[in-house]
Amino acid sequence: MADTTFHRALDSDLFWSFRKSWTARVSSLVLLVLFGAAIFAPWLATQNPYDISQLFLLDSELPPMWIDGGDPRYILGTDQQARDLYSAILYGLRLSLVVGFASVALAAALGITLGLLGGFLGGIVDAAIMRVADILLSFPAILVALLVNGIARGVLPPDQHADAAIWVLILAIGLTNWVQYARTVRGSTMVERQKEYVQAARINGVSGSGIMIQHILPNVLGPVLVIATINLGMAVLTEATLSFLGVGMPATQPSLGTLIRIGNEYLFSGIWWVVIFPSVVLVVLVLAVNLLGDWLRDALNPKLR
Amino acid sequence: MMYRDLMMTAAVLGCIATGASAETLRYATARDVYGLDPHAVTDSFTNIFTHHIYEPLVRYDADMTVEPALATSWEVIEPARVRFTLREGVTFHGGETFDAADVQVSLMRAVDPKSPLRGNLPGLKAVEIVDDLTVDLVLEGPAPLLNNYLTNIFILDSGWLEEHGATTPIDASQGEEGYTTNNANGTGPFRLESRRPDALNVLVVNEDWWDTPQHNLTRIEHSPIGSDATRVAALLSGEIDLIEPAPLQDAARIEAAEGVRMLENPGLRSIMMGINMGDSLVDGDVEGNPLKDLRVRQALYHAINMDLIRDRIMRGKSRVTGSLIAPQVTGYSEAMDERLPYDPEKARALLAEAGYPDGFAFNLNCPNDRYVNDEAICQAMAAMMAQAGFKPRLLAEPRQIHFQKVDNREVDVFMLGWATLPMLDGFSVLSAMLATPEGEYGTFTPAGYANPRVDELTRGVAVELDPEKRLSMMQEALMLAHEDVAWLPLHQQPLSWAVRDSVEIPQAADDLVRLWYARIQN
Repeated sequence: MADTTFHRALDSDLFWSFRKSWTARVSSLVLLVLFGAAIFAPWLATQNPYDISQLFLLDSELPPMWIDGGDPRYILGTDQQARDLYSAILYGLRLSLVVGFASVALAAALGITLGLLGGFLGGIVDAAIMRVADILLSFPAILVALLVNGIARGVLPPDQHADAAIWVLILAIGLTNWVQYARTVRGSTMVERQKEYVQAARINGVSGSGIMIQHILPNVLGPVLVIATINLGMAVLTEATLSFLGVGMPATQPSLGTLIRIGNEYLFSGIWWVVIFPSVVLVVLVLAVNLLGDWLRDALNPKLR
Repeated sequence: MMYRDLMMTAAVLGCIATGASAETLRYATARDVYGLDPHAVTDSFTNIFTHHIYEPLVRYDADMTVEPALATSWEVIEPARVRFTLREGVTFHGGETFDAADVQVSLMRAVDPKSPLRGNLPGLKAVEIVDDLTVDLVLEGPAPLLNNYLTNIFILDSGWLEEHGATTPIDASQGEEGYTTNNANGTGPFRLESRRPDALNVLVVNEDWWDTPQHNLTRIEHSPIGSDATRVAALLSGEIDLIEPAPLQDAARIEAAEGVRMLENPGLRSIMMGINMGDSLVDGDVEGNPLKDLRVRQALYHAINMDLIRDRIMRGKSRVTGSLIAPQVTGYSEAMDERLPYDPEKARALLAEAGYPDGFAFNLNCPNDRYVNDEAICQAMAAMMAQAGFKPRLLAEPRQIHFQKVDNREVDVFMLGWATLPMLDGFSVLSAMLATPEGEYGTFTPAGYANPRVDELTRGVAVELDPEKRLSMMQEALMLAHEDVAWLPLHQQPLSWAVRDSVEIPQAADDLVRLWYARIQN
């Protein structure tokens, strides 16, 4: 059974298109490497950047190991606090991806639920959800994220900001990005609602929620997958932006954005490696995600075949 | 023909324009002032900025000695009564004449129970007007530092204050604002042209100033630029003529650049860590408070390698110290400047001896936007303490949150900087940081610290008029604090400004920018 599923997958249009597109292959390979690095960070890293007793100030601001004055213990050099950049990037990548995936999951769950409800029920529910969505759309995403972030921080006691930072970020980014899902799902739901199989289910007495979850949902998930992929890149970037602005992850638990913020302060001092390496990783990650998302959109779009 | 005329006019206008703009000084700091009311906050940056507009009765000259300003002379006529003769013919920027009533209203406004500045002029009971240009300051007792205090208390026009309903003081640290927050009317060398909070403050020269200007500025444009890198970029690109502070990590870059230079000097501000010696830790994992034990405090002291912090984080520019006051400040002695040496093994041994071989958790509270590289210093110290067996939890927070916690004693080991301004006298450390809290004493004394002998000496120094005796009492008290490890001194932070080459400005040890001594060379 599994064997046939596998063969069916290999024979599918999607896989054929994947083999044909070198951007898809390269970007998924890059993502595989980055995800692997993030998942196995504790084993790959040479230092635990969260454990301050491993930071020795004497080793601060060492350049990458291939440059004069570099130290083989610190492959990509160290920052002002003697944090090993290679390890910090691995752990930072981990945080960035966790925030990215979790906020995409939150946004997708929220967007799909609201979109299904709006599209299926119509009327005043639909109008209410879509007007809220329109209002949110009229603001730049980063502004909404800053607002949610600001409120969350205002509500929490300052002591808990550092501990709660990751949850606040997930909430802020998730609440900003659900609109796209909701609009797409609503549109597809309105189309699906008219179709015969839904009518048949209705006649058979299936409840409204049953129809939404069992019948309509599987048929509207295609576009959601595309949005989710592209959104992952956006979410990682938003996280980096917030951290760069100093309202994201704290310096003691740096994400990629935090590392870039710290490095930025030293741009004029000639300590370029603190800002360059995390930036390159961020660019590569977001680029790969976006290229893969683009390919997926084209591959799933019957009109482009 | 007409074209040529036009060109000529343009050329002439161009000359005039460059002539005028050459004396505009564009000045950037890390943050904005807390408003322009000189009695609304004790922040020394805000005070020195308002000093460009307002003036005190006596002021510091460029060498930090007291000289006459709005008062021309003074005389102690009784131990608790000092008579000041005021300068004649001084007018405010709005045209009002300066007289004794202004002094009375301004000083009483500054010491009003509601005023945050009242601690900067302790012991003033009343101001009595003798005639239009003579006032008596009635004090609670002899006040050896009266003139030092007065350098920081500025005089406003009484009529102007009444007209705008601003006679009652406001407290800017509590977010209060009034007419005086964004408007100003003083007697100083510059008058306010415009103010946009957090964006731009423009001052223009006061042509009718009573004193002969040593500066040649016609206009000062002050803008806050929070990011270190952006501030340096603004200086390098020629948008700004003076930045303060110049980030230490960028000093080499600025020195290497054409047309700009660093101004560096040892500073007065001593940075130190206060230690909670109360009955419990704010965030501990053991019973009671281990920091009450002298051995634990000594262990903390031995754990910190200040030389390394100086070399790496302060780029070799700080002065590592064992004293709570800088050598330039009255009360300093070499004996109190001896540090307990860096020795992590000894720290571990002391910790074990005190009964905490596995260390204990506590909060390490730091500001992240107040002192030179404050957060970086704390991160490095946290790592060093962890390596010596402690379990510090670093909380680096914006100044508002940090100092509020310090005020409420919601801190375990906390960073504080003290420059003894405006008195430049060790007494300010005794009264604010070592005496047991009571009345105006002990504002910053760490929780639980009480040494009866220090209290006795503090009260003695307050009224002692003989300089020799006073000095030895101060030194004794500071030595006691040194032996008690009441505070853990770190270093005197360096003064670090950067200017365009055309700018000449003296850099006083108190790190305050006095633009009325600045000159722009063409």
